[in-house]
Amino acid sequence: MKKYLADLTIIEVQKLNASCVLLTMTDDKALPQCRPGQFAELRVDETPTVMLRRPISIHSFDASKNEIGFLVQVVGDGTRWLASLAKGDKVNVLLPLGNGFTLPEDNGARLLLVGGGVGSAPLYGLAQELVKRGNDFAILIGARSEKDLYRRTEFEALGRVEYTTEDGSLGEKGYVTNHSLLNEKFDYIYTCGPKPMMMAVAKYAREKGIPCEASLENKMACGLGACLCCVEDTTEGHRCVCTDGPVFSIEELKW
Amino acid sequence: MVKTNVKIGGLELKNPVLTASGTFGYGLEFADFVDLDKLGGFIVKGTTLNAREGNPYPRSAETPLGMLNAVGLQNKGVEYFAQNIYPQLKDLDTNVIVNVSGACIEDYVACAERVAALDKIPAIELNISCPNVKQGGMAFGVQPQSAAEVVAAVRKAYPKTLIVKLSPNVTDITEIARAVEGAGADSVSLINTLLGMAIDSEKRRPILSTITGGMSGPAVKPIALRMVWQVAKAVKIPVVGIGGITTGKDAIEFLLAGASAIEVGTANFMNPAVTGEIVDYIEDYLVRHNMSSVDELIGALQV
Repeated sequence: MKKYLADLTIIEVQKLNASCVLLTMTDDKALPQCRPGQFAELRVDETPTVMLRRPISIHSFDASKNEIGFLVQVVGDGTRWLASLAKGDKVNVLLPLGNGFTLPEDNGARLLLVGGGVGSAPLYGLAQELVKRGNDFAILIGARSEKDLYRRTEFEALGRVEYTTEDGSLGEKGYVTNHSLLNEKFDYIYTCGPKPMMMAVAKYAREKGIPCEASLENKMACGLGACLCCVEDTTEGHRCVCTDGPVFSIEELKW
Repeated sequence: MVKTNVKIGGLELKNPVLTASGTFGYGLEFADFVDLDKLGGFIVKGTTLNAREGNPYPRSAETPLGMLNAVGLQNKGVEYFAQNIYPQLKDLDTNVIVNVSGACIEDYVACAERVAALDKIPAIELNISCPNVKQGGMAFGVQPQSAAEVVAAVRKAYPKTLIVKLSPNVTDITEIARAVEGAGADSVSLINTLLGMAIDSEKRRPILSTITGGMSGPAVKPIALRMVWQVAKAVKIPVVGIGGITTGKDAIEFLLAGASAIEVGTANFMNPAVTGEIVDYIEDYLVRHNMSSVDELIGALQV
């Protein structure tokens, strides 16, 4: 798949809470087709401590409006700069990168999307695609607290959404793997979030014999499979999260 | 029309712009962003006789205007390269150079011999300076005698252009450069990464799985420039400058310091199109300064 380097224009900045913004961008030219689960590398400018691009998952992609959305959580200087951008600003973006989620071949399959905190970002684009395809799915999102859950209204507009919070401020109290939704039958699981959460989801999926895909976020440099920094130890040895992933079947992972 | 071509031993480059091993994959990863044929050449990732899994994750840490890596020469071995990668590269109209590394002299020689059999690979870059492997690598490159031994052994087995990549992690890099020149190297390239370290203060742990790693990026450029300047005065063979080159202006600085060609490394991660932009900059610079050939720039620093 051809990759592009483009100066995209921010058309909307939505502050979701103190540490998270949704950046919606467009370009004069048609954006390349992006699949759910793919990501982009955003260049950070004017920040002397930041040299490398920041890999950010694609939250939403709308070919008809020529818009792409990135959910950015501030964790350091690079993401702080990205979160400080305003409507009209330009960002140099390398995209689309990575493989993306495998969409189900069987349209009758029942799917479960499990996200943790800001890790739920790419599941939004996946859910949008599943709605278009008419798939039956449920979304389960876990976070520390209600204030750490993003885009609830938008997620809920796409289908059934359940929540867990560690402090019990919304949904069931505890972790996603304790939620009563898991008592229902699912044929396929997609997960993205903190590694301990994804490992717990993978363990559940293995026990139930449910195929499961996890989207990893190992620290990267190039995003193109050249530097070999972001490797995950898989059943086939060290593989690049940027080009062989970020989405892996849990069968490939040594979790 | 300005002349941008340069010569490194028997190797003809259409311009002085190469890429540093380990930062440009096998070139193909960057083909969407730069016309590979436009480059003087590119140096593919470190290749060893046998496949290597490299070091465990985490292998990188960003530092102010730089980064540390501890990849540890992950590659599928020279035979895999010859069978699977070489066929995709052999028809390019540019120089594809293989970076050869090893744990012992026999491995270096065997790997170089296998690469020598590949018609369209005109040169190797002998890596005696990798800081991220336990055996071999930098161990060869930090003593003049061991550096000369491995270069002499490879020289006997490898008839084409032999570039030797030097480590900056030494007391006097000119001493190593002279030793490998005496052992038959056609060129030296420098610098490989500087040994460094990063700590996560919150977790009170090293960031890299290997604790220490190799530092690269714009932050190392002044050190690299200084070493290129010193080595260019110390040896008669051409010098290839490496270290933090991020813009065309940086490339010109290395040429002025005495480099006959340059390698662009970490900058490929910041801007995958940067190498093509540097080629254009050098041409524009020559026109702007009424120079007819890039030769007029090499070592032309006025002191």
